[in-house]
Amino acid sequence: MALLAGCGLAVAAGPLGSFMVWRRMSYFGDTLAHSALLGVSVGLITGGDPQLAIVISGLGLAVLLALLDRNPKLATDTLLGILAHTSLALGVVVLSLTSSVRVNLEAYLFGELLTITPRELAWVLVVIAVVLAVLIKNWNAFLSTTVHRELAEVEGHNTARLNLILIVLIALTISVSMKIVGVLLITSLLIIPPATARKFSKNPEKMALNASIIGVICIFMGVFLAFSLDTPVGPSIVVVAGGLFLLSYVLPLSSRS
Amino acid sequence: MPPPNLNSSTLIAADDVSKVFEGRTVLDNVSLEVNQGKIVTLIGPNGAGKTTLVRIILGLMTADSGTVSRRPDLNIGYMPQKLVIDPTMPIAVSRFLELSGSSDPDHLRDTLAQLKIPHLLNSPLTSVSGGEMQRVLLARAMLRRPQLLVLDEPAQGVDVSGQAELYGLISEIRDQQNCGVIMISHDLHLVMSSTDEVVCLNHHVCCHGEPEHVSNDPAFLDLFGARSAESLAIYTHNHNHEHDVRGQIKPPRGE
Repeated sequence: MALLAGCGLAVAAGPLGSFMVWRRMSYFGDTLAHSALLGVSVGLITGGDPQLAIVISGLGLAVLLALLDRNPKLATDTLLGILAHTSLALGVVVLSLTSSVRVNLEAYLFGELLTITPRELAWVLVVIAVVLAVLIKNWNAFLSTTVHRELAEVEGHNTARLNLILIVLIALTISVSMKIVGVLLITSLLIIPPATARKFSKNPEKMALNASIIGVICIFMGVFLAFSLDTPVGPSIVVVAGGLFLLSYVLPLSSRS
Repeated sequence: MPPPNLNSSTLIAADDVSKVFEGRTVLDNVSLEVNQGKIVTLIGPNGAGKTTLVRIILGLMTADSGTVSRRPDLNIGYMPQKLVIDPTMPIAVSRFLELSGSSDPDHLRDTLAQLKIPHLLNSPLTSVSGGEMQRVLLARAMLRRPQLLVLDEPAQGVDVSGQAELYGLISEIRDQQNCGVIMISHDLHLVMSSTDEVVCLNHHVCCHGEPEHVSNDPAFLDLFGARSAESLAIYTHNHNHEHDVRGQIKPPRGE
């Protein structure tokens, strides 16, 4: 079950992460991920479903960030940094105030894939299916906007709407992957496999596909590593991903032929 | 049916368009018209508002006042000033051109042949040289079979011999497709021979008209100075107005 959830996430993270790499949105992803913890705390306080709370807070922040994105004067690294760390800190503070609920903070920060429930698995699979469907359906439009936003706009794409959709997809993916690698490490699972895949890929579609394959390999090897060394699963997966990235640059394989 | 203020050959018309950025007037009551089969060239010093005007014409930006009327369902081919591809994106020229939405292989082949870049089709976009990139961008704009071509400094990064050729190509495209063209250019001497109308912009329209008329206009000489005037073999006139550092017209000096 844990492997299924992990692989599902890796498959969606391939194409989605590729867009984040192309559009230099990795810090953006971090901001969304960090603020997801605030969603958890709010969910616990209100007694609602934590998973639902994460999704809703993630979507709220996604829309906020998309609005800020339209005003480039505001959407600086500084602003993202303020949002990311304030919401992370606020999440931790609020969590510690709700003493009535025993919460394992580490599980949210670094993930706890092995204790995933069937209900959480269902969330992961449904969201992944939606994300992949939307990405594939609008692939050319997303690609066009990424290559040159104004050219895409003149050619009739609604780039503001496409940006919003992409941010929402990222927020959704992050919100269901907390359990798998945790808020502190989720961006790495989105960014590292595409960065590794870049070297072996000659077109955008192949890069997205290769990133998915590399992501799945990371999940399997990470889980295996965690079992054999008795290490936390989430960080183990990310260590494998980072290792494969380094390896891809050391190996004499080259795409420049 | 075209709106009443556009006559049948007009593709797009800007009427008294103004734009202010943070208190600085970038465009001051600018009017301009592009007709079918005509090449209009926007010239003017850096920061004169040329790109802003083009962005408003393209619909990427709205004017603070004034109106822009375009022929209904106007199909625009846009060639941006430059294209910066993130090196992490692997994309070949062919895939980039496909993104225009045109999927007619014959049209693609003809366009690349006309622009003399068929050999680039399978090259990665990031490996294409500056001059070749301008042709790739022009190809992307042409693939949409546009009624109006909007070109933002089409000869940028092209070597001198290539520049004349590129402007020649633009005239040729206009002749074949009977499309309207509006372009921004700095290459005064090259543009003059291949354009129907020159609009000299420095926040306001300093002067406009046929190239011969504009190159003799005192406002033009005032903006571009004697050196470029000499290279165009024109004689100097008295100025009828002067510009301050922001390009606003100064009141005439007293005797």
